[in-house]
Amino acid sequence: INNFISFHCEQIIIDNNNMQTVTLIPGDGIGPEISSAVMKIFETAKAPIRWEERNVTAIKGPGGRWMIPPDAKESMDKSKIGLKGPLKTPIAAGHPSMNLLLRKTFDLYANVRPCISIEGYKTPYTDVNLVTIRENTEGEYSGIEHVIVDGVVQSIKLITEDASRRIAEYAFEYARNNQRNSVTAVHKANIMRMSDGLFLRKCREVAENYKDIKFTEMYLDTVCLNMVQDPTQFDVLVMPNLYGDILSDLCAGLIGGLGVTPSGNIGANGVAIFESVHGTAPDIAGLDLANPTALLLSAVMMLRHMGLHDYGNKIQTACFDTIRDKKVLTKDLGGNSKCSEFTADICRRIQDLD
Amino acid sequence: MTARSVRSLSGALKPLFSNRCPGITSCFLQVYGAASCNQRQKSTYTPPPARYGGRHTVTLIPGDGIGPELGNHVRELFRFCCVPVDFEVVNVDSSVASEDDINNAIMAIRRNGVALKGNIETNHNLPPSYKSRNNLLRTTLDLYANVMHCQSLPGVRTRHRNIDIMIIRENTEGEYSSLEHENVPGVVECLKIITKTKSLRIADYAFRTARAKGRRRVTAVHKANIMKLGDGLFLECCKEVASGYPEITFDSMIVDNTTMQLVSRPQQFDLMVMPNLYGNVVSNVCAGLVGGPGLVPGANYGEDYAVFETGTRNTGKSIANRNTANPTAMLLASCLLLDHLKLHAYASMIRRAILSTVSETRLHTADLGGQGSTSEVVQSIMNAVQSTGPQTLSI
Repeated sequence: INNFISFHCEQIIIDNNNMQTVTLIPGDGIGPEISSAVMKIFETAKAPIRWEERNVTAIKGPGGRWMIPPDAKESMDKSKIGLKGPLKTPIAAGHPSMNLLLRKTFDLYANVRPCISIEGYKTPYTDVNLVTIRENTEGEYSGIEHVIVDGVVQSIKLITEDASRRIAEYAFEYARNNQRNSVTAVHKANIMRMSDGLFLRKCREVAENYKDIKFTEMYLDTVCLNMVQDPTQFDVLVMPNLYGDILSDLCAGLIGGLGVTPSGNIGANGVAIFESVHGTAPDIAGLDLANPTALLLSAVMMLRHMGLHDYGNKIQTACFDTIRDKKVLTKDLGGNSKCSEFTADICRRIQDLD
Repeated sequence: MTARSVRSLSGALKPLFSNRCPGITSCFLQVYGAASCNQRQKSTYTPPPARYGGRHTVTLIPGDGIGPELGNHVRELFRFCCVPVDFEVVNVDSSVASEDDINNAIMAIRRNGVALKGNIETNHNLPPSYKSRNNLLRTTLDLYANVMHCQSLPGVRTRHRNIDIMIIRENTEGEYSSLEHENVPGVVECLKIITKTKSLRIADYAFRTARAKGRRRVTAVHKANIMKLGDGLFLECCKEVASGYPEITFDSMIVDNTTMQLVSRPQQFDLMVMPNLYGNVVSNVCAGLVGGPGLVPGANYGEDYAVFETGTRNTGKSIANRNTANPTAMLLASCLLLDHLKLHAYASMIRRAILSTVSETRLHTADLGGQGSTSEVVQSIMNAVQSTGPQTLSI
């Protein structure tokens, strides 16, 4: 079981008692209960984390633009590290989704999803060990659409040199720091010659500076075809926004779904927000049935990002052991235990490990 | 062929044949009569494909990579089975910049109405003025529906069993519009076009196919939560068409959730309809789930023309001319071609032989994990055809 992320840690605020501050955004639906599960586990593991809980609900700032509450922004800017639960996306609320707001506020340009098969949670795919790095700010999700004439709609996909270079650099840095052997750029330049062509060119340029890492290019359809037949052939994948969205969810499906997949968003200025990518599950909210694994593994990813590998490994081992044991599993993992029982089991294992 | 062209053809040939071959004249008269009658009634009757001397002419575009050798195997098999099809071979050289080759191919397809093609390579390092030849063919001939039927085949070991998904993909617009520009250096815009006409057309095609094949459920795949106007329009058109087919359940699913569901529980899907790029992703995922690119045939249908090829459109450059390619996909595509030409007896005979060969594990080619060669597979298919004997009574 390798490390998830160990990026160069910049300017982490260290408090007295060596505690590091992390902004915690519990979220909606099952968010609060899984956040408290994670906090409890961290407490048992005696991890030096001081949680600062903040709420993000869109408010209208001066000038009529929607923004996140200023105290949340302030907390994030100071601590630089965030852990986020699922946020509900309101329909027709007049403001864009909260995830989008957060992304824009902190310029979260890279979405990193390591997909590693969880031993003990059987899926048809074993030995999956790959990382998808997705450009998160532009591409097909630029949100620029027009109705040209009635019945003809045009959506614009934006690819820029800067964003492509930035994501490629991040991908190669990540590969180097995590002892990964190869980076594959996923594209469709045979059809979208200029846009994906630009993306590819930037990736090739950056690859020149990282000769120790193998760089390959592959068409999106070939990647999909090969991914479902033999996912072990892939290592680090870097791609624009839409392909990244589809492929990262495809890979999450390979290891067992969004309920067990960690995810991290890296921003400019050293900001990093780790999150669980599943939904708010309003139907089971407050019933102590939720599975905290995704948020927990994201928190482990966060610990590694901060350089606290020992704590990260300890918590991850405890979590995987609980799942492998199959005695206390939540409903989505195939058992019928409660969230609190699952959490308690992990805590017990952590105490045993000490 | 369209009703119009058949009428004109039969009108032209009637005086020539009326003295010598009363049979053919009556055949033409039947067709002519039926066609003209239906012009008045405005039904959707399509006359059978035209034949000259009892034989069909089909354009064959060998393409690159494994295309030429597979095309040869198709011709070999057809010759062996005495299929009344003649192939007009049109080569398209992908290395030259001029578009004459592909225009010749398009002309040939317009002439014959049907084609079988291998994939033509696109060098993506060339400037944007060099368009993808395959895309050019599809858009010029307006082959608006790409149909791929992914089924689990007996004898092929895969992680998931009992998959039976039909994928209908819009083939001419969407992200493949090839409209790109660089207004500011370093900033490229690529336009994705979704139109109401084409969305309605593909949705209509999907539901008609679902009804004809007895499919119970149609799923539209989209990303309308992000691309609200574009995919929103597509979804609206699907809903509009769905209201006219009350016996078929219609639902929709976001593309990233779709891929996740496909790798965990693909049996839940029946027929799926979607715009161009998502179709590319989903069809490749499904092809991978049932055993790989060597097994699934694909068909591109337009109002007037049909072009058949392998489902995942791979050139297979790395395995070209090594006698290791899996011919199943191309041969099954040729069976789809025979069905389109209404030579159903030949189609079933060859399809039965292919499926019995695929279930033989010792003949599996490298992509299925075996060590068989292409020629062995084709030979086995021919033996299977021979042993079942000629089943066709039609000429």
